[in-house]
Amino acid sequence: MSPSNIVTIRELSKEYRQGEIDVVALNNISLDIAQGEFLTLMGPSGSGKSTLLHIIAGIDRPTKGICRVQDIDVTKLNESGLADWRNQNVGFVFQTFNLIPVLTAFENVELPLLLTRLSAKRRREQVKTALELVGLADRSKHLPRQLSGGQEQRVAIARALVTDPKLIVADEPTGNLDSSSAQEALSILQLLSKQIGKTVIMVTHDPKAAAFGSRSIHLEKGELTN
Amino acid sequence: MALPLRYSFRNVLIRWRSTFATVLGIALVVFVFVLLQSLAAGIEKSSGNTGDSRNIMIVRKGSTAESASLISRENLREIQYFEEIARNERNEPVISADVLVLANLPRVNNNGEANVLLRGISARGAELRPQVKLIAGRWFTPGKREIVVSSRMAKRFANFGLGQSFKAGTASLTVVGWLDGGGSAFDSECWMDADECRSLFERDLYSSFLVRPVDEAAGAKLLERIEADRRFKLKAEKEEAYYQKQTMTAAPIKWLGGFLAIMMSVGAVFAAMNTMYASIGARTREIGTLRVLGFRRRSVVAALLIEGALLALIGGVVGCAIASLWNGYTTATMGFETFSEIVFEFTVTPRLMGEGLIFAVIVGLMGSFLPSVRASRLPVIDALKSV
Ligand SMILES: Nc1ncnc2c1ncn2[C@@H]1O[C@H](COP(=O)(O)OP(=O)(O)OP(=O)(O)O)[C@@H](O)[C@H]1O
Ligand SMILES: [Mg+2]
Repeated sequence: MSPSNIVTIRELSKEYRQGEIDVVALNNISLDIAQGEFLTLMGPSGSGKSTLLHIIAGIDRPTKGICRVQDIDVTKLNESGLADWRNQNVGFVFQTFNLIPVLTAFENVELPLLLTRLSAKRRREQVKTALELVGLADRSKHLPRQLSGGQEQRVAIARALVTDPKLIVADEPTGNLDSSSAQEALSILQLLSKQIGKTVIMVTHDPKAAAFGSRSIHLEKGELTN
Repeated sequence: MALPLRYSFRNVLIRWRSTFATVLGIALVVFVFVLLQSLAAGIEKSSGNTGDSRNIMIVRKGSTAESASLISRENLREIQYFEEIARNERNEPVISADVLVLANLPRVNNNGEANVLLRGISARGAELRPQVKLIAGRWFTPGKREIVVSSRMAKRFANFGLGQSFKAGTASLTVVGWLDGGGSAFDSECWMDADECRSLFERDLYSSFLVRPVDEAAGAKLLERIEADRRFKLKAEKEEAYYQKQTMTAAPIKWLGGFLAIMMSVGAVFAAMNTMYASIGARTREIGTLRVLGFRRRSVVAALLIEGALLALIGGVVGCAIASLWNGYTTATMGFETFSEIVFEFTVTPRLMGEGLIFAVIVGLMGSFLPSVRASRLPVIDALKSV
C-alpha cells in the first residue's frame, strides 16, 4: 500500500442471496485510490457501481474482502462506529439530492456539523464558507422546494464538504440535472479535488461527466475491466 | 447529538392537512377528560371548601349530617353561656342555632320540582360565615316571612327574583336578597330567620349550632367539654372538618372520566400511529439520508417520538382550550345527604389542564413508538434505496 493511497480495496466481493440464486454484485475487486484523485466509476446498469461506492463510503458491507480508507478497515467497524466515521470522513452527493425538505439550505448544510463538537459560531462560519464555495450564499434561507434542481444539488455538495471530509462520494450526481447545472456541479467537484486536494469518487453514466475526472475505471458484471 | 427540535416541529406543521384528523381526535379525548375531571373538581369544591377554620359545629351525637340532627332549645340556652364562646362588641355570644328544612320547589320553565335546602339562622349566623356575601337586595328581617336565596339557585328556581314570593309548605316567603357563597356549599342554600323558620315549619328543635370560640385553646376546651358532658348527647367538631366529611364524593365521575378517556385514547393512539406510519413511510429515504450523515438510530427515534408528542400536544392544547370555555359554568346535581339540589361550577384548574396535556403527550408517544422504531430498524442502505 502506497502511503499516498487513501482507499485500498483487496479481493472485495458482494453477493446478494435471492431465494435459490446468488446475485454477484461485486466479484473479487482490488483497487487503489490515491489522495486527491477525482475517480469516475463507469459501467452498464447493474454492474455494481453503486454497490462499490456504498461499501467505500461505509453505507454497505461487503460479503468478503478488505476495504481500507486511510488506516481504517471500514468493514470492521460496528454500526455506531461506522456512523461516526461517515460523519467525520465522508461527504455524500446523491442523484436525488436528498435534502431535508423542512430545513433551509443553511440548516441542511449545518446538519452534519450538529454531530461535531463545534460551537454554533464555528458551525455558522463553516456553513457560510461551504455555501459560498458552491455559489449559494444568498440562498441560505431558502427551503429545498424554493431552489432549482441544480441549486439543490449544489447545496447537497456544500453539505458533503462542510465537515471537511477526506472523501467525497457521488452517485450519478448529474443524473437529474440539465446540462448546464450538471456542468456547474461537476466543476465544483473538480475544483474540490484539484485545488483543495479532496478525493472524489463519482459514479456516472455520462462520458462527458467522466471527462471532469482525473481517472476513470469501468465495471462490468461486478468486475473491473481495463 | 440529537436532531434539532425544529426538524420535528416543522414536520408536524408541514403535514397539517393529513394530521388534522388525528389532532382533532386527540383534542376530543383531552376535552372529555378535562371536562369530566373539572366536573368532579367542581362537585368536590362545592362542599369541600366550606367552613371557617375558627368555627365549631355542634350536632346531635350519631347524626352524620346537620340536616338529620336535632338539638333542643334547652341545650342552646345552656351552651350559649359557655365562657369558651366568643362575644361580640355588644357582649352577645357568637353562636347561631340553625334549622334546616327541605322545601320542594318548582324549577324555572316548568322544569319539574326539586328539593331546596332552607336554613334558618340566628342573628349571628351570617357573621359566622363571612364567605357568604349579600350581592343583591338586603338581608331578611327577623320575625318576617322573608328569605335570601342563593344567586346561583335564583337562575334555576321559579319566583326566586328579588321581590317575588314562593310557597314553601303552607307559608309564602318573599325573596328580599341574593347571596353568593363563593363556591361553597352555601351556594345551594336559602337563608331566613331561624325562629320564623321553626314556627312556619312547626319545628320545635334546632338542627345545629355554629359557634366561634374565644381562641384556639378555648375551642379545644369546648370540643372536650361538649364531648365529656353526658347530658348533652352532642358532638362538636371543627366546621371545616365537618364539611370535609360532607364533601360529596365525585369518585364515580372521576372514574367515568378516566374510563372514557382511556377507551377513547386507545382510538387516538391508533390514529396517531396511523398518521405517523404514513408520515414516516413517506420519509424513508430522508431518514436513510440522516443516518448516512451520521445520525444514530436513537437520534432518529427521538426526533420521530418528539414529532408524535408535538402532534398530540397540539391536540391537547386545543382540547384544553375548548374545555376551559366551560370553566365557571354552573350546573346542579342532587346531594345524597339531603336529596336537595346542589349547585356547582365546572372548575377547570391549571392542574387539570396540565394532566390533560400530559395525557395527550403519552398518547402521542405511544402512537409514534412503533412507527419510529420500525423506521430506525431499516438498514441505512435499504432506507436510502427506497423511493
Ligand atoms: N438489495 C439487493 N438485493 C438483491 N440484489 C441487489 C440488491 N442491491 C443490488 N443488487 C444487485 O446488485 C447488482 C449491482 O447493483 P448496483 O446498484 O451496484 O448497480 P449499478 O451499477 O449502480 O447500476 P445502475 O447504473 O443502474 O445504478 C445488480 O444486479 C442488482 O440487481
Ligand atoms: Mg447505481
